[in-house]
Amino acid sequence: MTIQELEQMASKIRVDIIKEVYHAGSGHPGGSLSAADVVTALYFEEMNIDPENPKMEGRDKFVLSKGHVAPLQYAALAERGFFPVEDLWTLRKLGSKLQGHPNMHYVPGVEMSTGSLGQGISTCVGMALANKMDKKPGRVFALLGDGELQEGLVWEAAMAAGHYHLDNLVAIVDWNGLQIDGKNEEVMTVTPIAAKFESFGWDSLIIDGHNMLEVVNALKATREAEGKPLVIIAKTHKGHGVSIMEDQAGWHGKAPDEETAKAAVEELGGVWNNGK
Amino acid sequence: MENKIKKATREAYGEALVEMGAEFPNLVVMDADLSGSTKTSMFKKAYPDRFFNMGIAEANLYGAAAGLAVSGKIVCASTFAMFATGRAFEIIRNSIGYTHANVKVCATHAGITVGEDGASHQTFEDLALMRTIPGMTVVNPCDSVSAKALLHKVVEMDGPCYVRLGRAAVENLYEEGYEFELGKANVLREGNDVAIIATGLMVQDAMAAAEKLADEGIQARVIDMHTIKPLDEDIIIKAAQETKAIVTAEEHSVIGGLGSAVAEVVTKHAPTRIEMVGQKDTFGESGKPDELREKYGMTANDIYMAVKTVL
Repeated sequence: MTIQELEQMASKIRVDIIKEVYHAGSGHPGGSLSAADVVTALYFEEMNIDPENPKMEGRDKFVLSKGHVAPLQYAALAERGFFPVEDLWTLRKLGSKLQGHPNMHYVPGVEMSTGSLGQGISTCVGMALANKMDKKPGRVFALLGDGELQEGLVWEAAMAAGHYHLDNLVAIVDWNGLQIDGKNEEVMTVTPIAAKFESFGWDSLIIDGHNMLEVVNALKATREAEGKPLVIIAKTHKGHGVSIMEDQAGWHGKAPDEETAKAAVEELGGVWNNGK
Repeated sequence: MENKIKKATREAYGEALVEMGAEFPNLVVMDADLSGSTKTSMFKKAYPDRFFNMGIAEANLYGAAAGLAVSGKIVCASTFAMFATGRAFEIIRNSIGYTHANVKVCATHAGITVGEDGASHQTFEDLALMRTIPGMTVVNPCDSVSAKALLHKVVEMDGPCYVRLGRAAVENLYEEGYEFELGKANVLREGNDVAIIATGLMVQDAMAAAEKLADEGIQARVIDMHTIKPLDEDIIIKAAQETKAIVTAEEHSVIGGLGSAVAEVVTKHAPTRIEMVGQKDTFGESGKPDELREKYGMTANDIYMAVKTVL
């Protein structure tokens, strides 16, 4: 895809996110919107995946370590053709495959069930080790929240990834600066992020997570990784693309009402269409 | 019983891993800096490319184990039972249990027989914690023969398992070649006066207690409940119906372990009197394993006394 096409897809995915969370009546729009550009670039440009064959040998794997932004992963998977877009409107409903946090056995394309912070990146260490053992070309991408970096398990995983030289592992930190109770630095300081990872034996890149060209180039750079895992720290804005939600911690885990959702969809250049 | 070989179940674990390493090329073994104690070092020596030391980081040990398992590996991941089931409980619950990953949590140094290390290392909660996780198979072998045989079954089956292994040497109660089935308990001694349902190293004590009771004309049925989950309900109901009372024996808290599991079945299907031998609602302390077993009430004599109480 061209940069412009990727940007358009990211907007479409943002529209899906708003509609999903609106129908569910609950969920996490803020962090879904902030990481939408990175996830779009992964699913539509960088990752070697096949929606017709989700278990393809040697594929790249994506793990949503910040599992609460499931609406984002579901929208990307649906738009990429892993399942019908209409299914998105069943998010969080009884009997839906689209659980509040992703379940690998229900949703094609979900590589690991996540939701409990820190566990996604830890399982990625095992996946990357397995690919090394089996000499498989696939890379493993983990998306982490910045608040998630407060989990000790993240650093146990980071230490192991550095120790085992997992250059097939990429952690992407969605650095929007906000978590449920407010700003990171007020709740628990997580910076400096790059220096922390580097001290555990990682390479690091800091990018503008809403500049699609920068995002695509950073992800492309992961192909050249040698001897070290890579962390991409994507500076983003929570709720990006929807002005009422932008940089507001209050929209971390709250669903919009119909009026707000409709306005958000239109602001993103989408069509409300009764929320579908 | 004087001629019985004594060996710790963790030794059998190390030997079983080396045997299975040849049979299962996708078997991976992991540890958290205790490979000498858990005996995974034996596998490391034989198959260094399939062994990963994750350092003193039990949460990541089990998270990474889950990642390897969903990538097609059979993973045996070991540390002391306290840290496996306590420290890493939620990782085991969410990344291994909820995903039904093919990870075998093979934890050693369970119970009071850890001995001198004291209360911080003596876990009495592990069986209770593990058996509440949906889909988790929970195994607690009583001797090295059954440990080795059951470990083969555990590795052959698909899905998460907890295997409780001990530090102390225990008598071999089984002959080599005995056929075990997960979820099917074994009657080691027939009797219709009382049923002693035991697990782990307390099975040897149940046998000793039964001999002492036989001297007094009391015939005790001894059941080795090597699988705590799925629980062999039929053998428990039969024991409840055919004997006058049940005594359970475990090197674990009387809250939530074998005794509770047996009571859950009995109260529903065949109410009968039950006495539970195990760690009372208290922490342990430093001491020699046998001293501790005596002080905290987990010996053959405690089982004998419990039978006397219940009959």
